[in-house]
Amino acid sequence: MKARVYVTLKKSIADPQGNAIKNALVKLGYSNVEDVRIGKLIELELGDISEDVAKAQMVKMCEGLLANTVIEEYKFEIV
Amino acid sequence: MNKPYEAVGLTEKEYKKIIEYLNREPNELELNMYGVMWSEHCSYKHSRALFRHFPTSGEKVLQGPGENAGIIDIGDNLAIAMKIESHNHPSAIEPYQGAATGVGGIIRDIFAMGARPIALLNSLRFGDIEKSERVKYLVDGVVAGIAGYGNCIGIPTVAGEVYFSDSYNGNPLVNAMCVGIIEHDKIHRGNASGVGNSVMYVGAATGRDGMGGASFASVELTEESEEKKSAVQVGDPFMEKLLLEACLELLETGAIVGLQDLGAAGLTSACCETATRGEGGMEIDVLKVPRREKGMTPLEVMLSESQERMLLIVEKGREYEVRKIVEKWGLHAVTIGKVTDNGRLIVREGDKIVADVPAYSLDSSGAPKYYKDYEEPEYYRELKHLNPDALEEPKDYNDTLMKLLTSPNLCSREWVYRQYDHMVRTCTVVKPGSDAAVMRIRGTKKGIALTTDCNSRYCYLDPRAGSAIAVVEAARNLVCSGAKPLAITDGLNFGSPEKPDRFWQFREAVIGIGEACRELDTPVISGNVSFYNETETQAIYPTPIIGMVGLIEDIDRHCTMHFKDEGDVVVLLGETRNELGGSEYLARIHGLERGTVPRLNFGLEKRMQAFILTAIEKGLLKSAHDVSEGGLAVALAECCMEKELGVEVSLQSEMRADALLFSESQSRFVISCSPEVLEELQKLMEKQEIPYGILGKVKGKELKINVNGKNIVALNVKEMKEAWRGAFECYMK
Amino acid sequence: MKFGVIVFPGSNCDLDCFHAIRDVTGHEVEYIWHDDEELDGFDCIILPGGFSYGDYLRCGAVARFSRIMDAVKKHAAAGKLVIGICNGFQILTEAGLLPGALVRNKNLKFICETVPLKVENNDTPFTRLYQKGEIINIPIAHGEGNYVADEETLKKLKENGQILFTYVDNPNGSMENIAGICNEGRNVLGMMPHPERACEELLGNTDGRRIFESIILALEGKL
Repeated sequence: MKARVYVTLKKSIADPQGNAIKNALVKLGYSNVEDVRIGKLIELELGDISEDVAKAQMVKMCEGLLANTVIEEYKFEIV
Repeated sequence: MNKPYEAVGLTEKEYKKIIEYLNREPNELELNMYGVMWSEHCSYKHSRALFRHFPTSGEKVLQGPGENAGIIDIGDNLAIAMKIESHNHPSAIEPYQGAATGVGGIIRDIFAMGARPIALLNSLRFGDIEKSERVKYLVDGVVAGIAGYGNCIGIPTVAGEVYFSDSYNGNPLVNAMCVGIIEHDKIHRGNASGVGNSVMYVGAATGRDGMGGASFASVELTEESEEKKSAVQVGDPFMEKLLLEACLELLETGAIVGLQDLGAAGLTSACCETATRGEGGMEIDVLKVPRREKGMTPLEVMLSESQERMLLIVEKGREYEVRKIVEKWGLHAVTIGKVTDNGRLIVREGDKIVADVPAYSLDSSGAPKYYKDYEEPEYYRELKHLNPDALEEPKDYNDTLMKLLTSPNLCSREWVYRQYDHMVRTCTVVKPGSDAAVMRIRGTKKGIALTTDCNSRYCYLDPRAGSAIAVVEAARNLVCSGAKPLAITDGLNFGSPEKPDRFWQFREAVIGIGEACRELDTPVISGNVSFYNETETQAIYPTPIIGMVGLIEDIDRHCTMHFKDEGDVVVLLGETRNELGGSEYLARIHGLERGTVPRLNFGLEKRMQAFILTAIEKGLLKSAHDVSEGGLAVALAECCMEKELGVEVSLQSEMRADALLFSESQSRFVISCSPEVLEELQKLMEKQEIPYGILGKVKGKELKINVNGKNIVALNVKEMKEAWRGAFECYMK
Repeated sequence: MKFGVIVFPGSNCDLDCFHAIRDVTGHEVEYIWHDDEELDGFDCIILPGGFSYGDYLRCGAVARFSRIMDAVKKHAAAGKLVIGICNGFQILTEAGLLPGALVRNKNLKFICETVPLKVENNDTPFTRLYQKGEIINIPIAHGEGNYVADEETLKKLKENGQILFTYVDNPNGSMENIAGICNEGRNVLGMMPHPERACEELLGNTDGRRIFESIILALEGKL
């Protein structure tokens, strides 16, 4: 069972890194780029467990460690 | 394959030598082992022959060149370990990781001696920042990489330099230096001694990264170099911090007989070097080496340059003790072999022997040694010509001085050092921004001063004189901080040794350094050579970087270059001559890099340095700053910056004003003292035969320079500082 | 009276905090390994600066799960004193002992320099020896010192006087210029600047010393 987690900053949190990268892209000629947000991709190998167990585990992992819910949002997919 | 040796960067003659050593042809693994160990980077085959010019011993030298780092005594059973190393080629390809792993490597060299690393320094060279976007990218990455690694591992980066010059377009230089402290009886060497002792491996697992990095460093950069991106590793400073703490804790137990870091040429180098320094032989099994990737061959394991790994020689029977301590730090130690005395380095893959060579033959003592041809280059004599009278004199000295102060090589480096944690460990007494960093030695009244120096333009115009000046300048920076220079570590960066004109530069530089070190009694205790710093179109200026450390007996008696109080008297020590050759003024304002390098008189220089040290010890000086790039005018401006204090000076001379203000005549210092002690200071200067001239006073809000009765410079200090401080950031945009 | 400095894998400023307490204030201090379970006998716990667990995932994200943190939570709940400096502050927010979070500096670079701070509130055991509104100079050294919190939290912090230090010249983008805060109970302090680096004349300034001296006086029952 594999899982992928996407962790991003909440909309209310300023993302200076995303901003710097947006400016760099615009400078490279992509003047249509309006916004860039930087996040994290975490890939996990969960071993031999059922999809239900995996989903339950993923919620706990995200809430408990992988995302700081004060400032971040997460979504995950079981692959 | 017809010429198997070519693939590993060896010549036919070298191949024959290997056959002689083995009494047979080498197999693929053995050939590759010789390939990396006999590369320039590892064996110094083109440079070794010249090192006899260096003084490497002395009363205070506890360890000279040949080990992981040099060690110099500072009294009270304490000693300083230091080394400088280059990581030029990787930084050109991947600046962040190239610089980061350079820092990681040099730190390991220090704690491999059993010393606790206490400071980092670096010397960086880049191309033309005003013309090249790539240079900005490199500066950004290199500085971030050094910061990222050094800050994380918790060792303060306290000093360094950054220079820009066309000659480094395509060949940036990243030289990292580390300084550590150790008690005399705790010094450990990388010796595999004690037959039957275990060889243990601790740290990160081995992967395929950095394959053949040592040979990568030994060739010029071409387009194919981009493909060699795999030769750049990713550093893990957290892992290294754990390794550092674990190793230092292990050394306390007495179970460790020797320690060696795995750097260039990885396991091959670590095994052969420790064996050669010890009983002479070692046997290891690659199957026992922890791997990060599947299906690695013995060749890949032996040549990998994965970071953050150490080899431990452990007293037989104490392996369990070692494992326990290492595990406490979240690491693993595993026995991979044992020390033997048959003089062979034997590599097994389980039961099978896959390499069997005489250990010393791989080491630099067994590697070939070359005496290359050298020839004075055509440019050398031609460039000595300079007609100073033909230069147009500045119409507005305010404008000229500001141009210099905001130029890439003279502006404030705050943008850089603000990214380095220079305070961690709370031992930094004088932070970046003065002539040298000063650190206290906790638990004692002592302190040390540290610096790196090299004016590569001088070294280009006159390698011998320029290199001697680099040593002397480093010493000046330490002396102005109140420290007595002790020893140097040299980072020699040059073009290809196969070209006689480049090798001539190298040879001249080595001779110049040797001479200066003997005069100043600062032996060379460690160092590094980086050749092949050239592209298809140009070679770098000869850049022999001198890293130097000095001792302050009483830390309260240290000094900085900044003016301290209104009313203080400002004095110029030394004599200004009409010597614009090689000066920053000549290059920046007139676009010329030529002329004879300013003359150095060792006798006068030594008297000057001794005087300044005495004056600081007696508490007579409020500030001391050596005059270097930019001449007297720039030196005065630099003294005003920190506390935003103005100064009013008058000069009398028959010389042209620009020569007076911007010549880089040697052995000159700007000092300041309170008016109460001036008389005592003058008596001391006269007694020690120090030529001097009273320039004026610290006064007001402006830098005012009056020449022969005429005010030619009047700059508001606050505005001057703002421009000087903000220039670097502007160049980086 | 005993201070404890917790050492996590990757902590760097443990040495500096230890030295500030033992050699500068002359009081008893011990190192506490992150894997220990007990904090008996310690009056004030210090979580020092550094890069615990390499700052991997997020600063302090892994350190907060260290075994010792249970004891730290109990210690704080009992009203005893805890201070988190730099990485220590980050660990305290991750552990929920202080509100908000620390994210990357606005200019995306690590900043090491001495900056002026305003003491907003001297009504705590950490700041009693300062004047309210006093400007002090304390070194900062961080890449992730940008304090963020939602509106509600910021409102509460202001109303309760939990903001103890603010930047005079905001170097990292922190909301409300927040450099240091305390919890509602006023026994847990978190601050990004390093007071342990400003305790000795020799090193340039001593403005940070009064934080430790305030704590000592509070522990001695003199405040």
